[in-house]
Amino acid sequence: MLSKQEERVDVVIIGSGASGAAAAWSLAETRMKILCLEQGEWTKPNEYPSTTRDWEARHFTEFSISPNRRARKTDYPINDRNSPIAIANFNGVGGGTILYNAHFPRFHPSDFRVRTLDGVADDWPIDYETLEPYYDENDRMMGVSGLAGDPAYPPKLELMKPVPLGKAGQALGQGFNELGWHWWPSDAAVATEPYDGRAQCINLSACTSGCAQGAKASTDITYWPHAIRAGVELRTNARVSQILVDENDMATGVVYFDEEGIERFQPAEVVMLACNGVGTPRVLLNSTSNRFPDGLANRSGLVGKNLMFHPYSSIQGVFDRPLDGSHGPGVCIWSQEFYETDLSRGYVRGFTYEINRGRGPVGTAYTGVFSGRIPWGEDHHQHYRRMVQRMTGMVGICEDLPEETNTVTIDDEMVDSDGIPCPRIDYTLSENSRKMLDFSVERATEVLKAAGAYDILTEAPIAGGGWHLMGTARMGTDPERSVVNEWGRSHDVKNLFVIDGSLFVTSAGVNPTRTIGALALYVADSMKQRLATLFD
Amino acid sequence: MNEEIIATEKFDSQLRRTLVALLDTMIPANDEFNAPSAGTDSIVNDVEQSMSDNTPVMVSEMLNRLNEQSKVRFEDLDAHARWQAFTELQRTDGHALRALGGILLQCYYRNDQVLESLGMEARAPFPLGNEVEQGDWSLLDPVKARGSFYREV
Repeated sequence: MLSKQEERVDVVIIGSGASGAAAAWSLAETRMKILCLEQGEWTKPNEYPSTTRDWEARHFTEFSISPNRRARKTDYPINDRNSPIAIANFNGVGGGTILYNAHFPRFHPSDFRVRTLDGVADDWPIDYETLEPYYDENDRMMGVSGLAGDPAYPPKLELMKPVPLGKAGQALGQGFNELGWHWWPSDAAVATEPYDGRAQCINLSACTSGCAQGAKASTDITYWPHAIRAGVELRTNARVSQILVDENDMATGVVYFDEEGIERFQPAEVVMLACNGVGTPRVLLNSTSNRFPDGLANRSGLVGKNLMFHPYSSIQGVFDRPLDGSHGPGVCIWSQEFYETDLSRGYVRGFTYEINRGRGPVGTAYTGVFSGRIPWGEDHHQHYRRMVQRMTGMVGICEDLPEETNTVTIDDEMVDSDGIPCPRIDYTLSENSRKMLDFSVERATEVLKAAGAYDILTEAPIAGGGWHLMGTARMGTDPERSVVNEWGRSHDVKNLFVIDGSLFVTSAGVNPTRTIGALALYVADSMKQRLATLFD
Repeated sequence: MNEEIIATEKFDSQLRRTLVALLDTMIPANDEFNAPSAGTDSIVNDVEQSMSDNTPVMVSEMLNRLNEQSKVRFEDLDAHARWQAFTELQRTDGHALRALGGILLQCYYRNDQVLESLGMEARAPFPLGNEVEQGDWSLLDPVKARGSFYREV
């Protein structure tokens, strides 16, 4: 029995991250009554780790990327023991953009045509040209820095000057040049000059535990101030447990728990899911009924299937000269030399290298001691000084292909603080991904050596690196092969929309956040164009 | 190093002596670099305060085993014998030692004196930020010369 019923709204959006914020802002111009329910809270910039002396340590505790380690009341546990890659996320206004690195690449035109070009996975039901105006709109709202003319991409909008190369970028740029391989300043969702009321980057080093300066584009400080001014209501500490439907297969609203743990019903004409590739299938699979015994909008049986991460390799070098340490935004340069398929490499599709500057004093110590390079005892100081401020390197972000055996399901035992059943992850690294990871480690080692590194540290896959959660409610034109249609509407429930990374048909070899934002704007615009016939 | 070691909430005075001696063995002072010992009061206090959940219990048990295996108390051994006992501890108590080591590293490398010995400013990153050079953009010339190579569809 639900104790409280709220006033009906036109649209309820579940989740306030990259997609929920963008869609809320876009739909606000319709003057519909729009409500966003967010299970977390607003994060205060003056509480971010970079404001305190123990900023590195706090990255591993209350600002950890792992919800299981962070374990805030606003988090839900995730059983990811049956996966070599652990889930990373953040639950709060801004979602994952609070802790992301702000690496902001677009997909390539070829990423939407994987089946046609390479005979694997599926083509998307939309193409790059369809998304391009929404990429531009999302770029303007988020504020993107970069350098025009990257030969790995079609021409794209240039808004702010690129992030600095620094010593690390120059060293590795020289390494890539030595081998004749592509590199370019990364597109970054980082303000390199004052932008839309935000201050410019001052190289705090701590993008991945929240930007106290406000230079990094997290949606709590980009979209949300505009959306709220335009009349959208954002309700925090509101954790949705399920979506209800009537006998006509139409969603009637959502059930959620408020801050006091009181269960409430929020009636709505339209429900939009923006909870990421794990949270969205969790809500759908928890929403069982006589009409949908296997989970809401799941007549295809594909909700929670085809989970894709980006398997990451980490390749770091130690140099005999001082570099930048951790200083700078995390984002620096990238290389897409190995982005497209070349079957002679032993795998299909490809990856991006992202150069990630260096480490702080604690991070260097962890890396050195726990890799056996810095001993305890008398020799500790001498060995530490050989590594501190002398490390830089890169990660290889590998395209993960969809496989129905990689899944999000509901765990038999685990529940969150409101008693809502939690997600379980079952994921196996494919042979294709394994070969791609190995190749990325070998080539990056060559780059680092060409740049002057004398010692190389590698990890593949990065065990805690499940940052990108995609594919679990894929879009498509065939109701038997997809969960939502080509503009995000459920095939089964005509007033239910998915707008987050769950939509992805394939993952590409780049970070997804820029595409998630663009897709959310595209879905919202598709809705606006069809308001009179939205449920037909 | 401490002259007088007193009991704290997490360790009695005897066990705290052992902890101080162990930390000093893991990261001893170094005159050449002007680096303090990890057994310095301020660092030991930080290590203690940073232990949460069951870590104090796990570390206490490890320190007791260290004393038992050393026959005499660890802190009463000479430097050579301490190192031998520590080496044995790494073999027998790796998990607990790793947990203590992680806490020690985060505390040691945020200590004012340590950061100063490294030539680093002892402050939070915000609000002053850091300088990073723009760099030489002409390094991109060979990349530009290669021309566009994205895959057409």
